[in-house]
Amino acid sequence: MANHSTTTPAHLLHHYVDSDQQFDAAKLGMWIFIVTETLMFGGLFGAYIVYRVLYPELFTLASEELDTIMGSINTVVLIGSSLTVALAIKSAQVNNKRNIIINLAITLALACVFMIIKYFEYTHKFELGIFPGVYYEYGGIDHPQAHIFFSIYYMMTGLHGIHITIGIGLMIWLLVKASKNEFHSGYYTPVEIVGLYWHLVDIIWIFLFPLFYLID
Amino acid sequence: MATAEASSNISKVQVRRYKPEEYAEHNYLNVAKGLWSWLTSVDHKRIGILYLVTTTFFFLVGGVMALLLRIELWTPAQTFVDANTYNQLFTLHGAIMIFLFLVPSVPAVLGNFILPIQVGAKDMALPRLNLFSYYLYAIGSLIAVYSILHGGIDTGWTFYTPYSSQTGGAVTSLVFGVFVVGFSSILTAVNIIATIHKLRAPGITWSKLSLFGWSLYATSIIIILATPVLAITLLLLTMERIFGIGIFDPALGGDPILFQHFFWFYSHPAVYIMIVPGFGIVSEIVSTFTRKVIFGYWAIAISSLAIAFIGFLVWGHHMFVSGQASLASMVFSFLSFLVGIPTGIKIFNWLATMHRGSISLRTPLLYILGFLFLFTIGGFTGIALATLALDVHVHDTYYVVAHFHFVMVGGMVMAFMGGLHYWWPKMFGRMYNQAVAKIGCLLIFLGFNLTFMPQFIMGIQGMPRRYFNYIDQFQGLHQISTIGAFVLGIGFIIAIANFIMAIYKGKKAGANPWGSRALEWQIPSPVPPHNFDHIPVIIHGPYDYHQPMADFQLGLATNGHAPAHGAEISAEKQETEE
Ligand SMILES: [Cu+2]
Repeated sequence: MANHSTTTPAHLLHHYVDSDQQFDAAKLGMWIFIVTETLMFGGLFGAYIVYRVLYPELFTLASEELDTIMGSINTVVLIGSSLTVALAIKSAQVNNKRNIIINLAITLALACVFMIIKYFEYTHKFELGIFPGVYYEYGGIDHPQAHIFFSIYYMMTGLHGIHITIGIGLMIWLLVKASKNEFHSGYYTPVEIVGLYWHLVDIIWIFLFPLFYLID
Repeated sequence: MATAEASSNISKVQVRRYKPEEYAEHNYLNVAKGLWSWLTSVDHKRIGILYLVTTTFFFLVGGVMALLLRIELWTPAQTFVDANTYNQLFTLHGAIMIFLFLVPSVPAVLGNFILPIQVGAKDMALPRLNLFSYYLYAIGSLIAVYSILHGGIDTGWTFYTPYSSQTGGAVTSLVFGVFVVGFSSILTAVNIIATIHKLRAPGITWSKLSLFGWSLYATSIIIILATPVLAITLLLLTMERIFGIGIFDPALGGDPILFQHFFWFYSHPAVYIMIVPGFGIVSEIVSTFTRKVIFGYWAIAISSLAIAFIGFLVWGHHMFVSGQASLASMVFSFLSFLVGIPTGIKIFNWLATMHRGSISLRTPLLYILGFLFLFTIGGFTGIALATLALDVHVHDTYYVVAHFHFVMVGGMVMAFMGGLHYWWPKMFGRMYNQAVAKIGCLLIFLGFNLTFMPQFIMGIQGMPRRYFNYIDQFQGLHQISTIGAFVLGIGFIIAIANFIMAIYKGKKAGANPWGSRALEWQIPSPVPPHNFDHIPVIIHGPYDYHQPMADFQLGLATNGHAPAHGAEISAEKQETEE
């Protein structure tokens, strides 16, 4: 019992019986949060479906404006980062502290690459005059509701981008903790739950990519 | 851990009895002093009290707005505010009461305070997240207050497009405030589910979880699944206002009905977010004050989950006149009727629990009797509203207003007040003045009926909701309603004043003033800083009034081996009292 054990580890909060219970509770909490995130993106996917059914030809036309190569590179980048974050967890489990840091650093770098590519994609569209909503002024798509496609595109990829940015912040936080040697095989809860979050962000992109880039 | 829950192995542990200290001199209230110690505490009890203070503040703000509305409706024409102010008042009354009071009230106040104790834990599963969620709530409400002071909002609490995407005022900032508050309730729900799954003390199996715990569990599931949809809807509305993205605006090729689908996909389940925790309080109080084993434990527990589930399939009953396909309307109408079944199951089980019990009519039970009476009317009028033909007639009339207030005030607020009167001695170790509390309860009950019964009649006769002016024939009923609102207001003031007086002047209440078997009454009042000095051992459920009290006052002996949480236990008692 926590209250009369003489060897309570530093990370264990007082109201848990042991580290396992603490780990399980944090992990369950993250899973529930993932359900919430899924429903939140689910609303946007719902809007996507409604407008794709309303204006099917618009989605085919407008999709050609998106850069499939850039999108493909980003898909590979994110899948790779999911692998490295999983390796970071594995390294923690086998107590390899150097590899935790290396894998987290690679994940962080890949996340930044994703955002940089996204930046070039966005700025290219802004140059063409493809802005969201009423600011849309591009003439290259022969459809009266062309702005709606890009409104949904900016909403979904934008919200996803915000999630990546939060992920970057979390990776930096993990790296700081890892460099202080706080993670080991007995305690790596933050790595595990950030890893879960990162997989979610990755999976959302795996849905976004074909839904926007690969229509024909 | 999961395997231990599933197995039916019974572990034997050595336990000994401890009688709770009556009044804990060292408790969570005086363990640290100063405002800063409260604002930074991760103790679930202190966070619960923070929520209590903040939600009560917003309840009073929303209540004053309601009274201003009722004064304005004293005469058919303008009485004392202009039409625009009137629109802002009813919008803010609705938005504040729903998002800043009703949604957080029971889960965040009583859930935070009572649930960890009921499962035998020393805190919520994720205490820092708990404090964070309070601050999200505080920030969201500050943004809402800012919106009220900078432009106001006149859309109604439903924010229907395209009006809400075009009107002036502070819609964007209020919507953002609600968005932030929404995340606060999501995090509270995450915490509740994690606590119930992972922190149950040895012996608390799923069949010994308190019904308050079950109701919070069902509520949390609804919050997890519905609130993110509201969040994304409000985000889309914000983008509509800033960029004109055209998703909801027909002028830009969008679909305003889509907003209604999104909004009600959250807001119908939100009604259950507000009422289901109230059901949990009713179960606790009914069992305690009738001294009887709760009738139909599993029926009550599972019907909460059934309500949560069916509640997701009925949102279209708000859109019968919005141009929805008539087949869809029929399906939604039928599914809405179905909600009546699990709700009825609950009512009958509570009545069966009271049947031939030794009923003691203390204040908490009085509130619950009020609840049963008013909520039944609210429920039946809900069934009436779900019928297609009738709904087309009374849609957007005072009938809907009255129905909603019967469920929310007559149901939820009555249950919340009952719960506060029930747990107040546990929270502060002091008993309030019983006679004053009963007067408050009576005034609330009478005032409520006086306010809203006339609104049913007006609604049937065709008085539309949200109207600034009305025809002369309704003046008498409107005036009765206004008088009732003031009686209701006085009742609440008396009850709140009585609570505050109790903290300073009340008699010391003792550990278990009601003689309850539930776990939270087996520890001292006010609650000690870490809830339990002895890891509690639970061999009976919280409603087992046929078992001796001594069986409920067991702690794990220091040399005992702790079995996995949630495991079945049979105790070998040692009669050593402390
Ligand atoms: Cu509804």
